[in-house]
Amino acid sequence: MNARTEEKIAVNVLRFSAFLAIMILLFIIVYVSYKGMGSLTPSFIFENPRDMGREGGIFSAIVSTLYLAVLSTLIATPLGVGTAIYLTEYTGESAVTKIVRFGSDCLAGVPSIIFGLFGFVLFVIYLKLGWCLLSGALTMTFMVLPTIIRTSEEAIKAVPYELREASYSLGATRWQTVTKIVLPEAVPGIITGVILGVGRSISETAAVIFTAGSALATPGSVLESGRTLAVHFYIIAREGISMEKAFATALVLIIFILTINVITYALMNRYISKKKA
Amino acid sequence: MKDDLSPVKIEFVNFGVSYRSEKAGSPPLSALENVALKVYDKRILSVIGPSRSGKTSLLRSINRLNDLHASFEHSGEIFIDGAPVYGGADTDVTELRRKAGMVFARPVVLPLSIYENIAYGPRLMGRSSKSELDATVETALKDAYLWEEVKDRLGSPAAALSGGQRQRLCIARVLGMRSGIIMLDEPTSALDPVSTAKIEETLTALKNKYCVILVTNNVKQAARVGDETAFFLMGKLIEYGDTAKIFTTPRDERTENYITGRFG
Repeated sequence: MNARTEEKIAVNVLRFSAFLAIMILLFIIVYVSYKGMGSLTPSFIFENPRDMGREGGIFSAIVSTLYLAVLSTLIATPLGVGTAIYLTEYTGESAVTKIVRFGSDCLAGVPSIIFGLFGFVLFVIYLKLGWCLLSGALTMTFMVLPTIIRTSEEAIKAVPYELREASYSLGATRWQTVTKIVLPEAVPGIITGVILGVGRSISETAAVIFTAGSALATPGSVLESGRTLAVHFYIIAREGISMEKAFATALVLIIFILTINVITYALMNRYISKKKA
Repeated sequence: MKDDLSPVKIEFVNFGVSYRSEKAGSPPLSALENVALKVYDKRILSVIGPSRSGKTSLLRSINRLNDLHASFEHSGEIFIDGAPVYGGADTDVTELRRKAGMVFARPVVLPLSIYENIAYGPRLMGRSSKSELDATVETALKDAYLWEEVKDRLGSPAAALSGGQRQRLCIARVLGMRSGIIMLDEPTSALDPVSTAKIEETLTALKNKYCVILVTNNVKQAARVGDETAFFLMGKLIEYGDTAKIFTTPRDERTENYITGRFG
């Protein structure tokens, strides 16, 4: 086989894999839309579920999802970015950084049901928070931390060392250099990690059922139990309560995640072009 | 030697730099040995020598930028205006770095606007009133001969400037801090001849107000710009003196060989 045919085959194989990835996404979106569109009415969005989800809508689930996603992001982002800053800027490459990094990578590989069990024991039972959105959000924080740490670390490392030197040479302290120069440059990369985390906490079921419960009522506060969209979907689909409602819920879930992605990438691009222009 | 004309700004006393080796057991890598050198105020000192002769270590020891490397070790002492750089346990490193501003080989601008690049240092010092910053920025840019080219777009990102303009912005950044000392580490090595000429012109104009140390790989530049010249080789100060004297009648054979281009 000569180099030219080899090249042609390689290009086509690569093209096929790229094509396949986007096709899978499109297929899921089209299929879920087709199945769920029928039930997706304004009243489905703005009414609470009745009769275990057979009737009514998913308003309470939307509220629960927002609570959980926002809360876990608010807790996980500073923790994760802080860890990343510490690992990259404040400690040299040492045994400690390697252990922390290895630990966080292992954490990323722990199955979500284990996180659920852990969150149940720690927050629900031991800390006596009970099944509530706060317990769920704290558990999700643990789950998304590794992602945020790893992506933030890479983003911070990608900021040229020379910028730090220039900042130090102008009399800046380490913290001033981190906050004024390094972090603003690393923001797009950090956001990518945060968005992955948001997506994960929106779509998680196992860990959330264990910790936030699955109450159908609209939660009045984060100390009440709530059923997120993903959990609602899981329950009504698994128990055969209503497949139409299940697909409509899935459709809302997908629209949620796509919207978040599109908005963030748009904001990120604006941020980047504003800095570069 | 100009002992009688200008006061000593920086003095190196038996100063040495070495970097601990990564491998356990192997000896540390020596970068500078027993340097004794006086740098005068309001003059330009050219520092020349082949690569790995210790020129950059010399500069980075003055503002303690070398502290950022975990393997850095020093011996001896450096005095700025008579105060020890390393000695006192209470030495404020950020304060020191404000006193000795640095311009790097690559024109590294901060990812901020032209204005904010210069305002960065003064702001950190707490000089943050708008009117004062405006004045600082304008003076610094004028002194760095950049004002005319950028005065209408101070708010635009500094990254959009050309290489030569970026380097003059880096000089302006140091001027904005009102450092007494300006250290330049091969500031024109990444620039074209026209930009280089502009930088040299800037430096010559600045020496009336500052103590300038110019590390350069370009021997002709050292001769053009420097009042005094120091020649380093493999971490040792080989020869130091009046630039005209060094370039016409060097005492050391190695100096002569280097400046005439026989090695380096």
